[in-house]
Amino acid sequence: MSTLFLIQLLNGLQLGVLLFLLAAGLTLVFGIMDFVNLAHGSLYMLGAFVCASLTFFTGSFVWGVVFAIPIIAIIGYLFEVLIVRHLYESNHLDHVLATFGIILIADTLVQLSWGPEGIAIPLPDYLSGQVEILPDIIFPTFRLLIISSGLLIAAGLYWLITYTRLGMLIRAGASNRTMVSALGIDISTLFAGVFALGAVLAGVAGMLIAPITEATIGMGNDIIITAFVVIIVGGIGSMKGAFIAAILIGIIDTLGRSFLKDILEIFNESASAETAGPALSSMLIYIIMAIVLALRPQGLFPPKVR
Amino acid sequence: MSAQKKAANLDEYLKAPSLFGFGIGRIMTIVLMVLLFILPLIAWYMGNKFYLDFSSRIVCLAIAAVSLNLILGFGGMVSFGHAAFVGIGAYAVGIPSHHGYESAWLHFPLAMIAAAFFALVTGAISLRTKGVYFIMITMAFAQMAYYFFLSLEEYGGDDGMTLWSRSDFGFLNITDKLTFFLLSYALLALCIYLVFRIVNSRFGMVVRGCNSNEARMKSLGYNTYAYRLTAYVISGAMCGLAGALMANLQDFITADTMTWTRSGELMFMVILGGAGSVFGPIFGTGVFLLFEEILSAYTIYWHLPFGVLLILSVLFIKGGVNGLIQRAWKT
Repeated sequence: MSTLFLIQLLNGLQLGVLLFLLAAGLTLVFGIMDFVNLAHGSLYMLGAFVCASLTFFTGSFVWGVVFAIPIIAIIGYLFEVLIVRHLYESNHLDHVLATFGIILIADTLVQLSWGPEGIAIPLPDYLSGQVEILPDIIFPTFRLLIISSGLLIAAGLYWLITYTRLGMLIRAGASNRTMVSALGIDISTLFAGVFALGAVLAGVAGMLIAPITEATIGMGNDIIITAFVVIIVGGIGSMKGAFIAAILIGIIDTLGRSFLKDILEIFNESASAETAGPALSSMLIYIIMAIVLALRPQGLFPPKVR
Repeated sequence: MSAQKKAANLDEYLKAPSLFGFGIGRIMTIVLMVLLFILPLIAWYMGNKFYLDFSSRIVCLAIAAVSLNLILGFGGMVSFGHAAFVGIGAYAVGIPSHHGYESAWLHFPLAMIAAAFFALVTGAISLRTKGVYFIMITMAFAQMAYYFFLSLEEYGGDDGMTLWSRSDFGFLNITDKLTFFLLSYALLALCIYLVFRIVNSRFGMVVRGCNSNEARMKSLGYNTYAYRLTAYVISGAMCGLAGALMANLQDFITADTMTWTRSGELMFMVILGGAGSVFGPIFGTGVFLLFEEILSAYTIYWHLPFGVLLILSVLFIKGGVNGLIQRAWKT
């Protein structure tokens, strides 16, 4: 039990880290540009597919990731310049509809280019093994890599936002966009850059998960909704909130899926636990979000100035 | 921004939305409603059952779009979870049928009551939030409903359930495709008339007032929360009705009708037609389904032009198809 619990805890941490990579981009774009980007999940999917192709082209997953990152950055930049930029002035409803259109386009384009089947990405031998992290606890190396690289990226983002000039501009932009542009900052370049950064983070999340789940069409559409749950629970625009909420949601979701049925059976030995368990565990994160919004409509860690 | 725009043409805004619109809009809506009635009849007369069913689909979904328009277009509440009400309405037909209760007089009221109840509970929580939080929390509730019905193994789970016989109205036999169409059309007309009466009533004026300036409505002494919640519940009940019809039309009920992409499609129908005009959603639903039908006949990649259309319509068409016609007439 405790071994399984620890392993599921690590799996939850891994999901949380991936959710953070997605939520970080979402919350940056939302906090600074006030833009609702449903199509963020499409960048996650594109990351996985581009990385798959490059892995086969270069023959190595690592080179695949290295070359895929700039490509996703360029896609994100073009996306901002061609479509998103023209929507900042419109309302959230228009954002939702336009990015919904982008999801349809991206899914179809991926189907046209890569076909309807999912693509499995082969891992090099040194990544596909398992390690014994504690006595009796064996965990796949690659999942450990996901967790550690995710945490590393989180630390990097923290450094970027807290200690660099770019981060200062991002924070300033989030609290008062007009003032930043009045001080002579080229706001449209800043926005495009932030958008590309968010795209890269989402793309990397896709690249990291693809060797485990395969790159499939529509893979972003489910996780993006969870990522939205994360940024709303954490407080829109807050990087700290996104991180804490992502880890929390990742762990709760994973643990709920593996243990909720057993817990229900303790209280209720009838067959209803059999069906209620999976239903309740799928709904768990939405229930959490509804509770958070009902009690604290601005999220757990709202940014200070708005 | 939009509030300022509205203030600029305050006269036009305060003018009660006429049932059939003004000028060209009036002619167009009458033509549309007549066409939507005549064409399926011609198709039926020619023995083409497909177009009769297709028209029934437009009519049923139009009811859902009209109900969404009541809160989205007039009330400014962007519900991203309206598909949940369609699904609840559908299961309110399927579940009693499964247990042998086939009376439509049970199914339809149950669909509306169940959807209204879901709207009351979720609305009471959702309406405490604003803006994008509202969009997301309505979506979250719809996802909950989706996973709930997905897990009901007895009622098909993720395979969906087949409706072996349609709801029994007694004197009306809706297994007949023509009768079904006429019933749906009559219900659509009723819903539109209802929405028209609601938005022009004192109640509707308050709900519309909350959309343009909630603080002002509050300071005028209105309990805006209660008004919005009531509108939300009415909209949910109406959408439940649409769901009950959809279940009967397709003879099949699946939780997939409740996914968030379906809610997005419903929203798009309303926006495409022109949110905040009484007949707009019917234009929208018609154009949406026609496009889907025509494009999917040509290519399996029809989502591509469809997405492009979606983006272009958001970027360039303000006020939807309805507004486009109105402006073309004015210039």
